[in-house]
Amino acid sequence: MYNMVEINFIINGSKMTKRIKPSTLLVDFIRDDLKLKGTKVGCMEGECGACTIIIDGTAINSCMYLAININGKNVTTIEGLGTVEKPLDLVQEKMIAHGAIQCGFCTSGVVMTTKAFSEKCKNEDKIPTRDEVKKSLEGHLCRCTGYIKIIDAAEAVYKKQ
Amino acid sequence: MVKELKIIGKSTPKLDAKERVTGKSVYGHDIELPGMLHGMILRTKYPCAKIISIDVSEAKALDGVMCVITAADVDVNQIGYKRDHPIFKSKTVNCNRDEIAAVAATTKEIAKKALSLIKVEYEVKKGIYNPFDALKEDAPKLNEFSHDKFGNKNIGESFHYEHGNIEDQKKLSKVIITKRYETSRVTHCCMATSNITASYSKLDGQLTIWASTQVPFLYQRDVAHALKMEPSKIRIIQPIIGGGFGSKLDMLPFEPICALLSIKTGKPVQLLYSREEEFIASPTRQPMIIDLTTGANENGKFTFREVKITMDNGAYTSWGATTPFVMMQTYSSLYQVPACSFDAKAIYTNNPFAGSFRGYGNPQATYSIETNIDLLAKELGIGKDEIRLINANYKGEITGQGLNFKTCGAIPALKKVIEESKYSQRIKSQISNSKSQESGRYKKGIGLASMLHVGGGAKIYRSDGCGTRLKIDHYGYLTIITGSNEIGQGSETVLAMIAVEELGIPIEKIKVINTDTDVKPWDVGVHASRTSFVAGNSLLGAIKLIKEKLNKQAAKLLCIENSDFIYQNGSMFHDDKEIKIDKVVREMHFGLPNELCVVEYFYEPPSSFQDKEFKGDVSGNYAFASQAIEVEVDTLTGKVKVLNVFVSQDVGRVLNPLALQGQIEGGVATGIGFALTEEMIYKNGMLLNPNFHGYKLLTSMDMPDVNFYPVETYDDAGPYGSKGVGEAPLIPTAAAIANAVADAIGIEFYSLPLSPEKILKALKEKTINKVLSI
Repeated sequence: MYNMVEINFIINGSKMTKRIKPSTLLVDFIRDDLKLKGTKVGCMEGECGACTIIIDGTAINSCMYLAININGKNVTTIEGLGTVEKPLDLVQEKMIAHGAIQCGFCTSGVVMTTKAFSEKCKNEDKIPTRDEVKKSLEGHLCRCTGYIKIIDAAEAVYKKQ
Repeated sequence: MVKELKIIGKSTPKLDAKERVTGKSVYGHDIELPGMLHGMILRTKYPCAKIISIDVSEAKALDGVMCVITAADVDVNQIGYKRDHPIFKSKTVNCNRDEIAAVAATTKEIAKKALSLIKVEYEVKKGIYNPFDALKEDAPKLNEFSHDKFGNKNIGESFHYEHGNIEDQKKLSKVIITKRYETSRVTHCCMATSNITASYSKLDGQLTIWASTQVPFLYQRDVAHALKMEPSKIRIIQPIIGGGFGSKLDMLPFEPICALLSIKTGKPVQLLYSREEEFIASPTRQPMIIDLTTGANENGKFTFREVKITMDNGAYTSWGATTPFVMMQTYSSLYQVPACSFDAKAIYTNNPFAGSFRGYGNPQATYSIETNIDLLAKELGIGKDEIRLINANYKGEITGQGLNFKTCGAIPALKKVIEESKYSQRIKSQISNSKSQESGRYKKGIGLASMLHVGGGAKIYRSDGCGTRLKIDHYGYLTIITGSNEIGQGSETVLAMIAVEELGIPIEKIKVINTDTDVKPWDVGVHASRTSFVAGNSLLGAIKLIKEKLNKQAAKLLCIENSDFIYQNGSMFHDDKEIKIDKVVREMHFGLPNELCVVEYFYEPPSSFQDKEFKGDVSGNYAFASQAIEVEVDTLTGKVKVLNVFVSQDVGRVLNPLALQGQIEGGVATGIGFALTEEMIYKNGMLLNPNFHGYKLLTSMDMPDVNFYPVETYDDAGPYGSKGVGEAPLIPTAAAIANAVADAIGIEFYSLPLSPEKILKALKEKTINKVLSI
């Protein structure tokens, strides 16, 4: 049998302790154990970006990451953006306003990447160029939109903040 | 002057966008039912083999396995458009997708383990992977249920269409060009993989299926037929759908299989494809071999077209085999052509079967025609833009096939992209020698292509209609219960916009119910770019009826003659009198005689069925579009970069500019992939690249700017004059890119995709030929 391992972490602002199998993938832990279904599974091989979440400020593919590695870390999923008072983050508002959503399956991941990149830009006090914005979204596949509206939405976030 | 409208024509975010962007939308993958089991399918190891034995005993004995089924355990009908497809294969396997057994277990891990314990003994046979080999006399019969109806045991479907006299037109031709075009097999790559959750109740024999289908009522009938059940015992609920693009028209074996697992276990069962399984066992676009002969006279007028299409049908017949319905329209009617003869055959092979894919054969047909037109222009020495303008269709034309273009934006769309892209100043083959002799590693080129597609539904099924029920409650909220479906394209939002426009009810007070076959009225489904057109017209019909009810009641309350009211901000106005809609409805509900504020309406488009010769005005209206695309070819690597895309499309009238632009950009992106990067690579029937690493989708870095210019022709048949939009933007893209590459490097290609390898090889050959000719 597996040895269960205890992990302590913060997820979407709440401290949590869980016992897990060491081989558990983070995306399965998030979706199946924590029931946070907003994180999507598109390929399970780090190609599509649908499962992107933020760990300590960095956007990662949660299908390529073992859950035990979140021990001691701060995890944010799509459910962790926005607040009760203000349910939509700026990134989410811009995605809606720019028509960046069609089927929406890639959207959670795109939002998380844009959120992480926007925080990084804010800290560095810079507005990225359109090419840098495109590059930041390179890890996401979307079959509906042709990316242009996603890029437009992300650019609008960087200009606003 | 066209009347300015309140919300129609103004960018409106999708109704469901907030749910999507916060991760709250429930897709098929997110459903969890109490006691739910996990289903998985064992597929064949070989694309062509005899099955000697199947032993499931070890799998059955595994702890946590609730059920293992094979063909021997089920009493089912064959499925597919030609009913030539057994859902479980027991005697032979005929393609790499073939389903042999299925398990239901308490966890995914146990289900996976159980599959590995099933022992199948095969006798491997040599398969046939080329349709021309399948037509040879000594070829074996590849689908045991096929009919010999078309003169050869391996022809699954056949179409013939003609108009005019080809031989006469040949005599009038100055130039005749014959070429063979080949298109590759590409797939939809929906970001959400195929999924289904089925729950059967032994208590009442009711089967509930959460299915990612585009056509819920056809799907209900297909599942019922497969399982030998009463259709009305099956309730189809659509969860949020993570991409369609035509892939969800055919019901595939995994769907009745999942239902069977639920029926056998009495528990809900969920079956989710992995990405690898999605590549292997979800639909594809038909690979086609198109033999095209065309002619033109000395004035550049087209004289005739002769087309022979060989489609790789794969092992079974899907809706994909009917794509010639659409393709023949393009050959017969995209331009004026006095004579056209069209033959298409779907040939069984041991390759996977295709399906329908956004454009429904039209990207392939348009690629062949539009690249061929460039050759005609070159031979005749006239402009590639000019030859298209000379032959383009116009308003009032009834084509050889009987399509009636009551409005037609073909010429305005062509002119617009020619002008905006500065086509005539950029096209190398038509400008000064200095530029065409440009040296250096990077070579630029520009290409032009047009398209024709149905814009007002397509009368293929017995009805192309859509039902709508409307309910206004006594708080002034409107519920639209529509037969149509939302698959991400934004149809819900357009329907809500129409209701806002007509009833003046704020969009926040409008609900669209469209996911449940037990609730909603009949509709064919999402295909043929029909939803806004058909469901929009159906809604307008229903609104007319509910307004009659409201007008009558309001007039009574205001003690005026029954007359028209102006609907605005949740109120009804007549002269200086105002009454709130919720008050009117309260009076209907609670005043005597009590009645409901509910209506229903069924809309059937004014199109006709085509006759046996495939002639007839099959759509309510027609969409036209042109694209001009600029590319840069890296002659060192063979890589083509798309620099700029100019799109002009006759959309009738713009309903929601934001959503429209999204359809255009998304369509163009898929078209670029079809032209340049996407290809499913098979070796002896097995897929070599079933993942996003080997199958190249465009990323944000590859996407060029898309300049879009809608043409508004205000067609009487469409809601507010609109036409269908969804498929058109990807149809001419590959053709325009192929023409642009030919312009850039002076080499014509006759197959897709235009991969770096293909381009480098051709450049090398060109250099060798040049050296040899010196």
